[in-house]
Amino acid sequence: MHEMSLAESVREIVEDTARANGGGQVSRVRLEIGVLAQVEIAAMRFAFEVVQRGSLAHAAALDIVEVDGAAWCMQCSQPVPITRRGDPCPHCRSHQLQVTAGDRMRVLDIEMT
Amino acid sequence: MCMTCGCASGQTTIEPHVRAPVHTHEGLHYGIGAAGASAPGMSPARLVQIERDILAKNDSHAQRNRRWLAQRGVFALNLVSSPGSGKTSLLVTTIGRLAARSSAPVPVAVIEGDQQTSVDADRIRATGAPALQINTGRGCHLDAQMVEAALEHLAPVQDSVLMIENVGNLVCPAGFDLGEAHKVVVLSVTEGEDKPLKYPDMFHAADLMLLNKVDLLPHLHFDVAACVANARKVNPRIEVLLVSATSGEGLDAWLDWVARGADAARQRRLSTLAQASEQLQSA
Repeated sequence: MHEMSLAESVREIVEDTARANGGGQVSRVRLEIGVLAQVEIAAMRFAFEVVQRGSLAHAAALDIVEVDGAAWCMQCSQPVPITRRGDPCPHCRSHQLQVTAGDRMRVLDIEMT
Repeated sequence: MCMTCGCASGQTTIEPHVRAPVHTHEGLHYGIGAAGASAPGMSPARLVQIERDILAKNDSHAQRNRRWLAQRGVFALNLVSSPGSGKTSLLVTTIGRLAARSSAPVPVAVIEGDQQTSVDADRIRATGAPALQINTGRGCHLDAQMVEAALEHLAPVQDSVLMIENVGNLVCPAGFDLGEAHKVVVLSVTEGEDKPLKYPDMFHAADLMLLNKVDLLPHLHFDVAACVANARKVNPRIEVLLVSATSGEGLDAWLDWVARGADAARQRRLSTLAQASEQLQSA
């Protein structure tokens, strides 16, 4: 997954929001990243450090809230936890799973000073 | 450039991408130019809620592309694979065979994505089909904004097929919607049947897997059934076609699949048009 261009999108969203709210410094950025969202957290942190330079968020801390993966098992007709795509249902071993959580990545909020 | 898949091109400094492409007669080039900066200010501390999808901007460009394509009845496919799976050869053969198939063949246009060179677009143009090369520079995938700019330059004709050959990479292009009707993943039998498990996101994102170079199967230890089973573990809905661009094996099924999609796109354009004119008459 392409963390550098994701980090650039984060910076854009953060700077647009900061400007719309008076253009102050951003001291904290909070992201929500699901375990199935194709994002390597360490790479995201590194990429954000690179792209935050020279921006309104140049000194911002990055908090990442990780969200567990979940799916609906068609065989068991119940929600089950999964940690990556291709994993079988932990109960019946079926692969007939519909992901219900953990595949999103969002900017939750920013703290401005 | 990508921090995970290692597809950087030897740059020692990293700058944010410059969004405005440099247009030459050969295509669109990204990653050329300097980065911008902005001035800070001061105000009291506060929390600002955002709750916005990180890919929201890409997705809104993708939706614009999808509308643009639908209005013109263009059936767009996003071809993804690792480098060397035979995407370009498959495209060249597909274009030739589609043209030879009927007296009124569906026109095909191609957007080629590579970090460097216009070699692939040149190969496509040699078939007579219009092609536009996007050079992503350090980028390891096409995004919807690049495709939007490419559509403007390439201007595919009404009721045609648009093939978008993404950068050869089984990782990054999975997450970026370009506005296509389907992602088609091309996997060659020389790559190993475990690829769908190693790169699950790509096989999950695709609607069709083309298993290419099947003419080589007699010379390889490649278990087709295991490969298909692996693909269905990550994506139970994925369709699979076995093809060889070299021998022509299986190509008819693939051409039928493309022709059906193109016909459906044309039908949708016509029915939208009919609905609009009905509304106009009743108004």
